[in-house]
Amino acid sequence: MKKYLIPLAAALALAVTGAGASAQSKMKVGFIYLGPVGDLGWTYMHELGRQMMVKELGDKVETTYLENVSEGPDSERSIEQLARTGHQLIFTTSFGYMDPTLRVAKKYPKIKFEHATGYKRAPNVGTYSGRFHEGRYIQGVIAGKMSKSGTLGYIASFPIPEVIAGINATILGAQTVNPNIKVKIIWVNTWFDPGKEAEAAKALADQGADILMQHTDSPAAMQVAAQRGILAFGQDSDMIKFGPKTQLTSIVNNWGPYYLRATKAALDGSWKPEDTWDGLKEKMVLMAEYTNMPDDVKKLAQDTEAAIIAGTLNPFKCPIVGQDGKEVECKGGTALDNGQILGMNFYVKGIDDKIPGK
Amino acid sequence: MQLVLEKRAERSAYIAVASPLIAIALTLITMSILFAILGKNPVMALYVYFVEPLTDLFTLQEIVVKATPLVMIAIGLSLCYIANVWNIGAEGQFLFGAVCGSWLAVVTNGTDAGPWVLPAMLVMGAIGGAAYAMIPALCKVRFGASEILVSLMLVYVADLIMDYLVRGPWRDPQGMNFPTTAAFDPVATVPTLVEGSRLHAGAIVALIVVMLAAVMLGRTIKGFEIRVVGAAPRAARFAGFNSKQLVLFTFAVSGALAGLAGIIEVAGPVGLLQPGISPGYGFTAIIVAFLGRLNPVGILVAGLFLALTFIGGEGAQISMKIPLDLTKVFQGILLFYVLACDSLILYRIRFIRTFRAPVQGAA
Repeated sequence: MKKYLIPLAAALALAVTGAGASAQSKMKVGFIYLGPVGDLGWTYMHELGRQMMVKELGDKVETTYLENVSEGPDSERSIEQLARTGHQLIFTTSFGYMDPTLRVAKKYPKIKFEHATGYKRAPNVGTYSGRFHEGRYIQGVIAGKMSKSGTLGYIASFPIPEVIAGINATILGAQTVNPNIKVKIIWVNTWFDPGKEAEAAKALADQGADILMQHTDSPAAMQVAAQRGILAFGQDSDMIKFGPKTQLTSIVNNWGPYYLRATKAALDGSWKPEDTWDGLKEKMVLMAEYTNMPDDVKKLAQDTEAAIIAGTLNPFKCPIVGQDGKEVECKGGTALDNGQILGMNFYVKGIDDKIPGK
Repeated sequence: MQLVLEKRAERSAYIAVASPLIAIALTLITMSILFAILGKNPVMALYVYFVEPLTDLFTLQEIVVKATPLVMIAIGLSLCYIANVWNIGAEGQFLFGAVCGSWLAVVTNGTDAGPWVLPAMLVMGAIGGAAYAMIPALCKVRFGASEILVSLMLVYVADLIMDYLVRGPWRDPQGMNFPTTAAFDPVATVPTLVEGSRLHAGAIVALIVVMLAAVMLGRTIKGFEIRVVGAAPRAARFAGFNSKQLVLFTFAVSGALAGLAGIIEVAGPVGLLQPGISPGYGFTAIIVAFLGRLNPVGILVAGLFLALTFIGGEGAQISMKIPLDLTKVFQGILLFYVLACDSLILYRIRFIRTFRAPVQGAA
């Protein structure tokens, strides 16, 4: 029985794929999404990026996405499903897809892979991410000015370097205007769980935080802040419609230009497995409109943004002092170098907390 | 006219066999309507869902990979459910088994430990799952606590224990703080059956479990005891069967199988311990157990069928751009129809013509 099954299956598979081969002139581009496309956060912004890329390239590409792909055992299969259905370029858009992406890439050396926020590359795997801490620094400056209680509430996801760098950048920004600023951090151990995020937001408000910020993906915290009449920052996307009187600004992940660039490179054959890490200057990170703040704070925020774009201000400019009171080695000359930021595993002075598990 | 459910004098053996088939047929009809409303060709969509995955070696293997934990857990659960014991916490036993087995993989990581590691991990996974299942079982036997609540609540406890370990003591020092252990060594990994594929030896274990369960339920006194205690507790008492012992036994077996499934999943397709190792296998297995009519062979078929809907749903997302939500709707509809059709085993539908008579109603 088994002897017949395999050739039979192969013949049928050929028949099926052969039928779809007529549309071969278009390049197929695949996306793997962590959340649902309607999460209004991380995945939603990748989806907007995909749509922008499709709009620009029109019928040169055909795109597919798989949403809600968990970072567990399913992700490798999902990525391979895209690889074996003729997708020539595959974007895997969450950190947890790193090893599965590399494993599939090894099996399909002719297919190009782009992994978001990871650090492992291969001849056919590139990585890309945003310098989101630049936006966090601006938020810190605003929060330092706007907080009356002097306590910020921070909903954090996982204690990975990117999140820790975000917390540090926030505090460094806030300290420039209020040296005594305090931050309360709650780790929710998830990227997307509106229920947990809302619970954390309530707990932070109860502890006296009057400005909420988050490194999670849903607008739940914004809604809680709006109910409580306190202020908040959006995350991933402009969340102003969830808190018209609440949102100060929001970090907006703008993936479209990058997806366009990478796909164009794949189309004309110039694609290389690079490590892309763009920020405000390259417009991979955008700030939503500065709202619900007096004009002087708004001006300060705009000036800070302009300075970062111009390169005259680096959120991690030296000297940086750690929690232990010792100065952190300054490997980048005038500021921490990229490796130090990408591997950040310490809190700066002024954070009265401990990194979980450290 | 009125529709009433009328109790049958005895179970309809004919409907018992036909009910899952009727349920699947009704599901297919409903899905076709939904596809049509979405503007997709229903025939094509059903083909992509149910036939295409069976025509390709890769998807066939992936169906088996996906079905392996579901079948193993569901077999254990079916023993409980036949005996009228309600273990709802297989998800927790799955996670706890995975944690117990992983402990060995973590401590031997990077050492030159021999090939004994994997078998020892499997044994520890099974023992861990069984021990974890003993908590609700003992609470029920000793204090009369509801095993449904206790086993369900312990799911979250297991989840947090695992979370703590991978975030703290077991975290990969080279893992950039991400909550995972280091990748398991080859001696701590379930071997694959086909080079370059994810099909692993766990599938064989699942098959053996199905066969053992079939033999036990059909041919041994223990199997008879389980069935009698479930179907006629008073008769079982007269026969001298100890229902308390049976609670412990069925919980232990189902916990062990869930734990074994957990460590196989971790040491197999995942290759390390991390949060999110189970996309709710322990809960989906409850559906599998009932869809398979609490029968070992039925469960095997049901597990493969449910796995097919997962893989087919993914294929439909890719080739027809059918949203993932529809796969979930599909599974929900399927369960709904299965339960609805099951009521036909004990009841029959009768149409009663109502005249406007003031006499007593037929309700």
